[in-house]
Amino acid sequence: MNLLAIWAMYRSEMARFFRTLGQSFLSPVISTSLYFVVFGAAIGSRIDEVEGVSYGAFIVPGLIMLSVMTQAISNASFGIYFPKFMGTIYELLSAPVNFLEIVVGFVGAAATKALFIGVVILGTSALFVDLQIAHPLVMVLFLLLTCVSFALFGFIIGIWAKNFEQLQLVPLLVVTPLVFLGGSFYSINMLPPIWQTITMFNPVVYLVSGFRWSFFGIADVPILTSLLAILLFQALCLAGVWWIFRSGWRIRS
Amino acid sequence: MNEILRIEGLTKTYEGGFTALGGVDLDLKEGEILALLGPNGAGKTTLISCVCGIVTSTAGTITVGGYDAQKEYRKARMLIGLVPQEIHLEPFSKVIDTVRYTRGLFGKRRDDAYIEKILRQLSLWEKRDSKVMQLSGGMKRRVLIAKALAHEPRVLFLDEPTAGVDVELRKEMWAVVETLKASGVSIVLTTHYIEEAEAMADRVGVINKGKIALIEEKSKLMARLGRKTLRIELDASVSDIPASLSDYNLRIVEGGEALLYEYEAGTSNTGITRLLAGLRDAGITMKDLSTRQSSLEEIFVQLVADQEETAA
Ligand SMILES: Nc1ncnc2c1ncn2[C@@H]1O[C@H](COP(=O)(O)OP(=O)(O)OP(=O)(O)O)[C@@H](O)[C@H]1O
Ligand SMILES: [Mg+2]
Repeated sequence: MNLLAIWAMYRSEMARFFRTLGQSFLSPVISTSLYFVVFGAAIGSRIDEVEGVSYGAFIVPGLIMLSVMTQAISNASFGIYFPKFMGTIYELLSAPVNFLEIVVGFVGAAATKALFIGVVILGTSALFVDLQIAHPLVMVLFLLLTCVSFALFGFIIGIWAKNFEQLQLVPLLVVTPLVFLGGSFYSINMLPPIWQTITMFNPVVYLVSGFRWSFFGIADVPILTSLLAILLFQALCLAGVWWIFRSGWRIRS
Repeated sequence: MNEILRIEGLTKTYEGGFTALGGVDLDLKEGEILALLGPNGAGKTTLISCVCGIVTSTAGTITVGGYDAQKEYRKARMLIGLVPQEIHLEPFSKVIDTVRYTRGLFGKRRDDAYIEKILRQLSLWEKRDSKVMQLSGGMKRRVLIAKALAHEPRVLFLDEPTAGVDVELRKEMWAVVETLKASGVSIVLTTHYIEEAEAMADRVGVINKGKIALIEEKSKLMARLGRKTLRIELDASVSDIPASLSDYNLRIVEGGEALLYEYEAGTSNTGITRLLAGLRDAGITMKDLSTRQSSLEEIFVQLVADQEETAA
């Protein structure tokens, strides 16, 4: 293991983040506040409670998940796409590092950034609503697993993408709809039965549900199912990364 | 002398089926500068990319400092520094940060004194806190060199270090290469400029269509292939070449004040003695004699032309 190299990659990725720290910090604060104004005040005044939790509090886990997933994906995909685009990838390829070390450095940094955003949103939310966290350890576990697995997913997208359009394509066309339809802002029970069934095919439902369970002890699907779902997703992403590693796909000609 | 780099039977066929390298054998001695000359698309960059691990070779072996570039890639790559042909740099990072980054990437501990030394050597120390995008093209190229040296490599690959660089900067680059050589680094540089190979290299290789057409000590190459021109200044101008001297293909220049005779240098029979005797017999008296050796450029053009002829 070339630990110093991993550290160098991690640091340089984080440096990009720190260069725009104000922006990195402010944008989740502002967008979270907006969500609370729109969903909490406007909709929340019509729905006062969902399964015994105030609507404002109910949407917090979904809000965090929404941002963490999209941030993890965009940071990781951009992080590895950028050197490909700038040509600086030559440096990674000619350095005494293997692909897994590159993954640890880049994915680690992207996951850290997503985690940071998640924590900022959690903190901002606490200013608006009363939050209690029933199972803090599970909460942290879910958050970490989500950061890492979606950063891995983003990394694969970044390797795959040949241009900026493709880089945006998957997050825009797949992830955002899945997240919005994944019960971030409502309980699955509120849907008509047919939609409840369809929704069960959306993997994000399991994540949001499990994460929400760690806050309020309520869930759309059993917590173990949620854990299995995120672990399965993680395993799939790891397999993808491993395959890229073996084949050198879109990295080395 | 020990070999720091040894390449045997290196072949690279790209995905589309194009063979960019067709069995290249090459070695680099410790401390020497090898210039690789070749036209566009000859395979120079591909060769370097195979050695550095940017491109996977199709066949052949590469050893760097005794380490197999594939099986012991970590040890092999530790010894290599690469300055790519194109300027690939992260625009937003500071000069000193990007150099430190490379050092870290190669698994070396931070060493500010060493980084300062190379930045000073490359006249970049004053610019250490500037963002890369604020630098001129020539400075960026030097940043690339600084990065390539950041982990104290023993072999340096310079892929067309002076392409698109003005004359002054080119001279400056040559000076940098001289200092590097003096510090004990072995260097492979590719170039289109023959004068560059002539000015810097110990050995010259010519690569064409993925094959090494020739590789030789620069001085030997010049001597072996070089054509020399003997210039004979005359006391009294002549208008015709006497018939007795028609075999020599003499050219009359400067309105008959001088004659030029071209001959193959390094051959045992240059014909000079006979020519001079012939001139005396014809009653032509000489004021002065001088010779001029043809440049590598002329040799190179001739070599590629010869190859094309044999291929046709
Ligand atoms: N990734 C690639 N896929 C397919 N063919 C390639 C690839 N890279 C290079 N080639 C081809 O391989 C040949 C050798 O290219 P290379 O870049 O090694 O030439 P070069 O000698 O460095 O040329 P130049 O002096 O223009 O830099 C060219 O015909 C080029 O088109
Ligand atoms: Mg080239």
